[in-house]
Amino acid sequence: MKIAVCIKQVPDTESVLRIDPSTLTVIEDDIQWVINPHDETAVEQALCLTEEAGGTVTVVSLGPVRVEKAIREALAMGADYAVRLHCETMPTDAASVARVLCRVLHGYDLVLTGDEAIDGANAQVPQRVGTRLGLACVTAVEELHIAGTECRARRVLEGREEIVRFSLPAVIGVNRRLKEPRYRTIRGLMQAKRKTIDVQLAEFDAGAIDTLNLKLPERKSGGRRFVFDAPVARVVARILRDEVKVI
Amino acid sequence: MPTILAVAEPLGEHLPAVSFETFAAAATLAASTGGRAEALILDAQAPPRMVPGLAKTIVVDRVTLSEYSPDVYAAVIAHLVRTRKADVVLMAATATGKDLMARAAEILDVSLAQDCTGFFVEDRGITFVRPLYGGKIVADVRVKTRPIMATLQPRSILPGTERVLADIELVQVDGPAPHVTVEAAAPGLADRPAVTEARIVVSGGRGMQGPQHWSILEALVDALGPDATLACSLPVSDLGWRPGSEHVGQTGRTIAPDLYIACGISGAIQHVAGISGSKCIVAINKDPEAPIFKIADYAIVGDLFEVVPALTAAISELQEPDFH
Repeated sequence: MKIAVCIKQVPDTESVLRIDPSTLTVIEDDIQWVINPHDETAVEQALCLTEEAGGTVTVVSLGPVRVEKAIREALAMGADYAVRLHCETMPTDAASVARVLCRVLHGYDLVLTGDEAIDGANAQVPQRVGTRLGLACVTAVEELHIAGTECRARRVLEGREEIVRFSLPAVIGVNRRLKEPRYRTIRGLMQAKRKTIDVQLAEFDAGAIDTLNLKLPERKSGGRRFVFDAPVARVVARILRDEVKVI
Repeated sequence: MPTILAVAEPLGEHLPAVSFETFAAAATLAASTGGRAEALILDAQAPPRMVPGLAKTIVVDRVTLSEYSPDVYAAVIAHLVRTRKADVVLMAATATGKDLMARAAEILDVSLAQDCTGFFVEDRGITFVRPLYGGKIVADVRVKTRPIMATLQPRSILPGTERVLADIELVQVDGPAPHVTVEAAAPGLADRPAVTEARIVVSGGRGMQGPQHWSILEALVDALGPDATLACSLPVSDLGWRPGSEHVGQTGRTIAPDLYIACGISGAIQHVAGISGSKCIVAINKDPEAPIFKIADYAIVGDLFEVVPALTAAISELQEPDFH
């Protein structure tokens, strides 16, 4: 099975973010970069599939040179090939991202990626890629079984679950809950260093989402503090009912 | 005069609350732009009553849409967006709403502002508010392609309770052959609302010390009524103590309930980002230095195993009829 996995490099969830007001972008100086957790799970799922049924895993990532760190990590996990679509600044419009990715996604049996990236949270790439390539596309996948070209997936939605059937070739969007990614071994890291990354110039349009303003959410000022003793519960309950009026 | 199309969440016996929010958003937008709002219902069982302010309800004849398939539904939405000449298309940012709108936007070759928490009209344009990085940053964005497409997070607009009958138009649409078939669908643990849709969320962290202690949080949720639900932090879902669907934070769901009660949650930055839109935050933690207290409106320093049952009792007591 020939599998492509689209990964995005994102700031680690523990990162404290700052905004450059002149460019309306996030300052990248002290960011710790990681593979988007949902995409990392997609890599894991791809490796499990090829270990079971044979095949190759190609990771595809759009971005500047810094994203090669994420690509090397995916290679260290066991991916066979890698493509970096070079751009200096990341497009913020998922429509542009999908158009660029699709240029290198033809000819795969399966395209796997995370349902959304935890930075821009556009949650559109698998659907747009699937639609553009004219393939079956299934998202919110938390369990996947493939036998030959027949696929069965469990999707988890708000308050309901679905079991869906479809055939390869397909595009699948996964949630990190699908699988725990493996650790990188020293051997894997060494091998990853020797693998070549195919760098291609990504030509793309700027997209059609204009950012007018970027700001940190308004911080709440200090609230009221109670050290618990018996009457505190009643006091707080009364505040919630009579002052805040939420219960 | 712009036409604003509000797409209802498909797949249900009844229209869910999030769909009435979408209709209300369309009606609000129509009122502020001098446009007309229309509701689009893909699989209604019966013509429902609507929020006021909708000019029309378009109902797709179920004969043509007997089985749900995301690609077919998205194609039908795209087709109706074209034929209705919609200028703005809105849908709730549920898993299904986001999935269908992303597909429909690609079919229509337009951009999509996903997961917005609000919008405002100024300078003859619509600006959407989107949380990024799990809520650590908030962006104001404009969509330059037409029609303007956006999904709105549950609870970003709350409709009134009045319901009226809107003029109904039944339409026939032939969808394409489906790529994906739904073999089985089962309601999950739907006895409580989804974390994104609940008015009150009671959330447990590692301080709960194990899944066997969740009964005290369940009791608190029960005391708070049917609009309340359970949530948890990342470590709790990763440890398998609670289902991942309850996980709130940057890698889970971003939520904005009226009341968030954090029990035994230290307040990692990625968690705080995901809940900071809550109107009121109550935090219970035995560590007086816990970072969650920095964003809490009401911080209770104490052992949650004492505080939670006491709070449950106090809330139940308040809800007893008061004869004084």
